[in-house]
Amino acid sequence: MAGWKDEVEEIVFPGKICVPYSWTVGSTLSKWYVQLRDDGEIWANRCPSCGRVYVPPKIKCIECYKDMNEWVKLPGTGTVETYTVVNYHEPSLHPKKPPFVYGVIKMDGADTGLVHLIDGVAPEKVKVGMRVKAVLAKERDGHITDIKHFKPIA
Amino acid sequence: MERVAVIGVGQTKYQQGKRETFHELVYEAASKALKDTDITVEDIDNVVSVSSDFWDGRTISSMAISDASGAFNKDISTVEGDGTFGVLYGMMRILSGSFGTTMVVAHHKGTESNMNGITNTSFDPLVERRLGLDALSSAALQARRYMHTSGATEEQFAMVSVKNHVNATRNPFATVPMEITVEDVMNSAMLASPLKKLDCSPVCDGAAAVVLAAERNAKKLSTNKKRVWLNGVGHCADAYRLGDRDLADTRALKKAAKKAYEMAGVTPDDIDVAEVYDAFSYMEPLWLEGLGFCEDGTGPEFEERGAFDFGGKLPVNPSGGRMSANPVQVAGLAAVIECVLQLRGEAGRRQVRGAEKALAHGINGMCGQSHCVWILGK
Ligand SMILES: [Zn+2]
Repeated sequence: MAGWKDEVEEIVFPGKICVPYSWTVGSTLSKWYVQLRDDGEIWANRCPSCGRVYVPPKIKCIECYKDMNEWVKLPGTGTVETYTVVNYHEPSLHPKKPPFVYGVIKMDGADTGLVHLIDGVAPEKVKVGMRVKAVLAKERDGHITDIKHFKPIA
Repeated sequence: MERVAVIGVGQTKYQQGKRETFHELVYEAASKALKDTDITVEDIDNVVSVSSDFWDGRTISSMAISDASGAFNKDISTVEGDGTFGVLYGMMRILSGSFGTTMVVAHHKGTESNMNGITNTSFDPLVERRLGLDALSSAALQARRYMHTSGATEEQFAMVSVKNHVNATRNPFATVPMEITVEDVMNSAMLASPLKKLDCSPVCDGAAAVVLAAERNAKKLSTNKKRVWLNGVGHCADAYRLGDRDLADTRALKKAAKKAYEMAGVTPDDIDVAEVYDAFSYMEPLWLEGLGFCEDGTGPEFEERGAFDFGGKLPVNPSGGRMSANPVQVAGLAAVIECVLQLRGEAGRRQVRGAEKALAHGINGMCGQSHCVWILGK
């Protein structure tokens, strides 16, 4: 098929798909976001069977497939499990201009990691094992960005 | 259990900015597979397509390629994921007894849209999507975690990129064959630390097709020379959320690999050539550990020692791998096709001499959430 362009003028249609959605946040995550927005607190939930603590909370434990109705309040501190300094820019996706840092934060009191931004420190200073704490946004509207970022504990 | 064979294969060259539509690419790959099998479209009784609606910019995209794949007036069904899972579905349809000869076709046109934008939409819109994560930044989180747990260095990852780009110089289907050095990789633009431009596979376009047949049909439609058996398969998925996994733990792959080896009645030592998912350089040693070719945490050292080089103990990705051509949904099907060509002795300058057992591996989901492992043999 290669070479057809020598004989035919190629036409290209630019396109874009814009479809509005309204996703329900559901029982478990709605509760989590309300606690974060109204009380400025980060909560998690615990599996009654294996004791694993999940943040963000889940309706079921991955391992045990059991309902998780027990909620625990986290202190908002944690440890950087891994991170990346992002140097490329996707203006329609990225919450800030590069360089900026994503990390997986192992929250104190939880067994899972929370993926979020790390800031308040020079990107090249971020390390695995670094102790961090959540910085909450002043104006909160019930989104993951109600946690502004995690910053090192001085 | 009845056996299923691959009796024909076809693929387009994988390129950036292909000027054919995706159904034109499917037509090319499917036609080549029919020609390779030396059968006509009438001999195919059903089609499995592999595609992604978001990438096509069209929902129910299998319907759009039904005529191009030879599915008109037949049954067509779709796998949204990697080509290795398309082969799995194709084989299951045959083993169900409902079908005898299945065309599995995959297509991808990455250069018509935006890789980062599309992979961002795989994240939960209720949580992580808003943070702007995508395939590249999440892979970078996994790469760093793997460095931390294994002690791997960025130079060791760069060696994988060098090996596979150089391997691609022997593969006429590859997108970016390159004679590069570790310095070239280390000096390429840092995109998301520790991943640099040359640690990452290129966005590209292409299509691939295989013809699967039940044993009874395979013996009627193909010659022994062209026939390669699907001896074993295993598949397994890990948790969806990145934070619910240890990104350096290959537990899902280990389970998938165990099932595949057991079904085929082989061990990792029996494998002569492997095509392993390497869209990012660090993934190859990580998945080689999960596949049982080396102990956890030792993959990078084995890479450095040349164990997985073209002339090494186990040649891995002689095609150049996904590192040199990553048409996303097609990737695993291209891996299966490379194994078929190797076992038929038709791999040209990249032929692994005397290959009798091959392993093909594909992933689906961010950071290898799920895995599909195939063992193929003559
Ligand atoms: Zn549990």
